[in-house]
Amino acid sequence: MAKKTTKKSNETGWDYAPSLESIGHIDLKESYDLFIDGKWVKPSSGKYFETINPANEKVLAKVAHANEEDVDRAVKAARKAYDTVWSKMPASERAKYIFRIARLMQERARELSVIETLDAGKSIRESRDIDVPLACNHFFYYAGWADKLEYAFPNRDFEPLGVAGQIIPWNFPLLMAAWKIAPALAAGNTVVLKPAETTPLTALKLAEIIELSGLPPGVVNIVTGFGDTGAAIVEHPEVNKVAFTGSTAVGKHIQRAVAGTDKKVTLELGGKSSNIIFEDAPIDQAVEGIINGIFFNQGHVCCAGSRLFVQESVAELVVRKLKQRMDSLYVGDPLDKNTDIGAINSKEQLEVINKYIKIGIEEGAEMYQPNCELPDKGYFCRPTLFSNVAQSNVIAQEEIFGPVLTIQTFRTVDEVIQKANNSPYGLAAGVWTDKGSRIFNLTSKLRAGVVWANTYNKFDPASPFGGYKESGFGREGGLHGLRAYVKLK
Amino acid sequence: MTRLQVLKTYKIFIGGQFPRTESGRYYSLKGKDGFDIANVCLSSRKDARNAVVAARKAFGSWSERSAFNRGQIVYRIAEMLEGRRSQFIEELQLMGLNAANAAKEVDATVDRIVFYAGWCDKYQQIVSSVNPVASSHFNFSVAEPTGVVGIVAPEESPLLGLVSLLIPAIAGGNTVVLLASEKYPLSAVTLAEVIHSSDVPGGVVNVLTGTAGELMPPLASHLDVNAMTSAGLSKDMASAMHVQAADNVKRVFNYPAMDWSKASSQGLSMIEDLQEIKTTWHPIENIGGATSSY
Repeated sequence: MAKKTTKKSNETGWDYAPSLESIGHIDLKESYDLFIDGKWVKPSSGKYFETINPANEKVLAKVAHANEEDVDRAVKAARKAYDTVWSKMPASERAKYIFRIARLMQERARELSVIETLDAGKSIRESRDIDVPLACNHFFYYAGWADKLEYAFPNRDFEPLGVAGQIIPWNFPLLMAAWKIAPALAAGNTVVLKPAETTPLTALKLAEIIELSGLPPGVVNIVTGFGDTGAAIVEHPEVNKVAFTGSTAVGKHIQRAVAGTDKKVTLELGGKSSNIIFEDAPIDQAVEGIINGIFFNQGHVCCAGSRLFVQESVAELVVRKLKQRMDSLYVGDPLDKNTDIGAINSKEQLEVINKYIKIGIEEGAEMYQPNCELPDKGYFCRPTLFSNVAQSNVIAQEEIFGPVLTIQTFRTVDEVIQKANNSPYGLAAGVWTDKGSRIFNLTSKLRAGVVWANTYNKFDPASPFGGYKESGFGREGGLHGLRAYVKLK
Repeated sequence: MTRLQVLKTYKIFIGGQFPRTESGRYYSLKGKDGFDIANVCLSSRKDARNAVVAARKAFGSWSERSAFNRGQIVYRIAEMLEGRRSQFIEELQLMGLNAANAAKEVDATVDRIVFYAGWCDKYQQIVSSVNPVASSHFNFSVAEPTGVVGIVAPEESPLLGLVSLLIPAIAGGNTVVLLASEKYPLSAVTLAEVIHSSDVPGGVVNVLTGTAGELMPPLASHLDVNAMTSAGLSKDMASAMHVQAADNVKRVFNYPAMDWSKASSQGLSMIEDLQEIKTTWHPIENIGGATSSY
């Protein structure tokens, strides 16, 4: 493990010694069953699948593959818990359970961070400083809402929906579990959650924490598996609510699947978010913001600032600085605290990204990648920049979900608003300018659910998140996130 | 030979420290059989003024902490108090409560603190607003803490009552000078010890023991105190407090005497009463995008 895993190749020749996070203190089992009704149960099919570390392709654990029958058990357990315990409990006691989960997560934050990095390939700095604290804080935040719902919905009659079926993606495994479970419990629902097949481990660790917290059996059930497991949740007649985060294609499929039922749905889907740099922006900060916007979490971010718009007068400067900054990025072992860009989550995703890079070149765009070395094992991708990109290029239209940025230029405010809004997606946008009145002009006119001004990729439990148009509907986080989990009369 | 018990000296709490009253005075607290329980500090006007200085000094950084961080700290108070549950129950019994009522009082107190811990990062979302003004401005109103708050703890309900007034004040980012109940001072001092060990910065909560008759006027008339709260004060005392408070236009809330064990004695209004509303106008440029209706 002491092998040097990251290399710099820029002109300075300066380098950091590897600083690997220890994995000695984590507790991973060889095999994980399904967490149903407060117990660990074997999958009825007897089937297990392997989850690997994408940074070295080694197997981390075997995980149960839940089928329709297992999902049915989980939903029934959730229903029973809802009817007999959870909906009858005083709200203030419900709150205390959620606070407990938040605290236990905080206590085990380091273990969760390391496992997240191992299973998802994201850099340890990110798991430790962003994913895991945000996940804990999400539980902490929603815990307090449980006994304050009458303030969230004043003068309205409201009730929980019942059993929530939740399907989460692989890019922020624990954080997405927190985004789903915490508001659902606070509003009085019970949960069946399916983590992504490539990143199930932190959700299973969360199940252990939930077990430890003494939460009544069946209130939270975690079933691992593939698309068929997810489909079984969506289609189960006793599921009252479907919450999905993932691709727009699957989102559309879910919307069709629940047609004609009373299931309430929220979808948090893909994006092709614009990051807009005006000439009066603080350029160095903006360059950092561009880097963070697209290379954060290897670009596996639904709101990644993947379409960069730079005002013509500063375009040359911005591109020069951007390339310089890209040269200094560390790509390599996610466990190394120096690493900026970790491993691509899976082989399949790396193939998708490489396919788009090829398309970009074929379309005639100009590609730039720093000349950094990549580890021999594992799935890695260099940070990639495309200039000379037209609005109609595939790489400027479709979500790549990787560290690939396209640059376009603009002259006027009007032009950039038109270009930014010219997308089927509408998840997020970034605006960089020194002029406050311009920020508010753009926040009013951009058709996106989140607009970051002079910052990018900021998240907080108190702040609602979600998209316009084909980026989905419903909000997660904040006061608005509660609404997805109650029936208002 | 039986072991001799070490008795606790009950002191006051100012700026994160536990001094004795500068006056050197005391009153003795009697148990229900008339025996002496403790010598309690009979705080002076000077102690009150010192406490206000400490509270003012702590206000800047406490009010600027993130709401989330305040929530974590207030929750920590609940955790620490729960851990000392039996100590509080014993102390309440010493002051005359029966075992069942003492336990109820402590449990309800922990739950009340948890309730307000949850409010720290939420009340803003309920009380603030974005205001649709007719001109091209982004106009929004947010709550900010009033400042230094003087609290006269209810004479009855030795723990729950004072916590019910204290916690919403600090949850909202205010700092506090609290006058303990003359009749039940011990749990106020022990609560100060809990607060001291809960990551609450020194000076955010200051606790004085003594008589409200002597200590309320220097607080109510102090020009560096921004608000006074109390519950169930006598009519004469409440009206004196209002008159003195008017010198610097303090916000004054003398809540009616209430049953603190009821859920109706907690709520957002206890936080809101100690908040100011600030409205900001910011211009919105209005260029372009008119045809952008994707």
